[in-house]
Amino acid sequence: MRDNSVKDKIMRGLVWLSAFVTIGILVWILTYVLIKGMGSLSWAFLTEMARGDGEGGILPMIVTTFYVIAISIAMATPIGICAAIYLVEYAKPGKLVRTIRFATESLAGIPSIIFGLFGFLFFVTVLHFSFSILSGALTLSIMVLPTIVRTTEESLKAVPQSYREGSLGLGASKLSTIMNVVLPSAVPGILAAVILSVGRIIGETAAIYMTVGMAPYIPKGFMESGRTLSVHLYLLAKEGISFEKAYATAAVLIIIVAFLNFIANKTASALNRNR
Amino acid sequence: MDDTRMYEGEAVEEKSYKMEENKARKRFEKMVEAVFLFCAFMAVLSVAVITFFVFARGGPFILEYGIGKFILGRQWQPLGDVFGILPMIIASIAGTLGAILVGVPIGIMTAVFLSEIAPAKIADITRPAVDLLAGIPSVVYGFFGLVVIVPLIDKWFGGGGNSLLAIIIILAVMILPTVVSISEAALRAVPREYREGSLAMGASQIQTIFKVVIPAAKSGIMAAVVLGIGRAIGETMAVILVGGNTALIPESILDRARTMTANIAIEMGYAFGMHQDALFATGVVLFIFIMGLNILLNLLTSKAGD
Repeated sequence: MRDNSVKDKIMRGLVWLSAFVTIGILVWILTYVLIKGMGSLSWAFLTEMARGDGEGGILPMIVTTFYVIAISIAMATPIGICAAIYLVEYAKPGKLVRTIRFATESLAGIPSIIFGLFGFLFFVTVLHFSFSILSGALTLSIMVLPTIVRTTEESLKAVPQSYREGSLGLGASKLSTIMNVVLPSAVPGILAAVILSVGRIIGETAAIYMTVGMAPYIPKGFMESGRTLSVHLYLLAKEGISFEKAYATAAVLIIIVAFLNFIANKTASALNRNR
Repeated sequence: MDDTRMYEGEAVEEKSYKMEENKARKRFEKMVEAVFLFCAFMAVLSVAVITFFVFARGGPFILEYGIGKFILGRQWQPLGDVFGILPMIIASIAGTLGAILVGVPIGIMTAVFLSEIAPAKIADITRPAVDLLAGIPSVVYGFFGLVVIVPLIDKWFGGGGNSLLAIIIILAVMILPTVVSISEAALRAVPREYREGSLAMGASQIQTIFKVVIPAAKSGIMAAVVLGIGRAIGETMAVILVGGNTALIPESILDRARTMTANIAIEMGYAFGMHQDALFATGVVLFIFIMGLNILLNLLTSKAGD
């Protein structure tokens, strides 16, 4: 008996220690990067053009990142929502649905470097979109599709069946029930899906590096190359161009991601309150 | 008489008009359903197209060069047209295995903490922290590894620090959030009665967790591990930044190493011709690994669903 209680204490200690390590790593990364990065983080850094290959500001990178996000999300969100509607509201269990589910899972499991290879081969080379915002956005819209489909699916499933029955009972058609009753109730979940996807796009490097390229200018159109924040950080660190700027860029990335996470959590908790 | 007949005629017309409208409406609804189905099918289409293009470009090279020579070749010298990717395969497997050995126990224990042990307030702080850990871009992990972990390894063990060990540490951290959140969900799905039954039989809370709850959540936890493996083997930028990227079989944990992913990303920028084909072929091998994992995952999760 005594033996057991000692064992229990050790295991309990290990569990607490693991949680502490997990949190500790996060705190370590955050404080280290933020403290080192704050020094060179300034208004000028955020709003100036880049000079040479890494000096100067990061305005072009911010703009490019924004373009890639906007186009990817604009393409992936409608498709993802429609796909989720089909899976939740129309599909009958069977081979087709199983195939779609398996494909969605597989798509989520494909590493970004493979997306990069595909985007480079298909959009950049075969379709002649060259290294451009468009090539990157198309690639990334496929990449975030599973996130949007699955999260939207969850939020559609969470809409109570009685809502649908009420609307159908009043004589509304299936489609208008979905559009006017089900979808509006699922909006917070869909919003969370979009925020998650934005975070994923901001953090993506390999696939963007191979499709958007790394031109450090503000792209004049969607057919031009650009350099996102993540790619910029990668190049600064890999080529050892400027660690000072790298810290500042990493700090910017972390602040954006933390902010997005905060909003996503707020949306999710708003969702839970409504239930 | 006339009046009624006229009225009746109007009613009939009205009815047929309504039926027309209904039909049109039905047709419209069917059309929209087809659009939804098409969107749902996009995932299938995407996987098919991605698989096709990567294999179409990398496959012929493997067959031409020789499967054995490509996969078991120990030398990678693009300038001499020698393309053996055994060093990269070994680095990928070793890095992933190491990351699993380090990251999975910590991840599962943290999940246990969140689902079973933590006071509600502490769990409420820990969970967003794990989410944030999942959201940090991989290139930031790589950068942190480069400026913090690599110098530390150099200081403690020597050898410059860019090493398989650095890859393992960074990957272990990167798979943590995946392992924690999926395992936590699996642990939470274990019915309360299991715990109550075990506690009622006189088992302590810790015994209950490790002898009853974790075994009951086994397939979910396995799914978490498989997802972690997928994330680790596919990671690219972070690995490049800390690994040293020498295309030789690492003989110790402190040797520099280049994974399959790193091999593709580093050389794609300037490769052409046969060299580029060889990089796509590396992608094919990586892809086959990942597909294997996906199928394994599918088996595990469908088992968990039963």
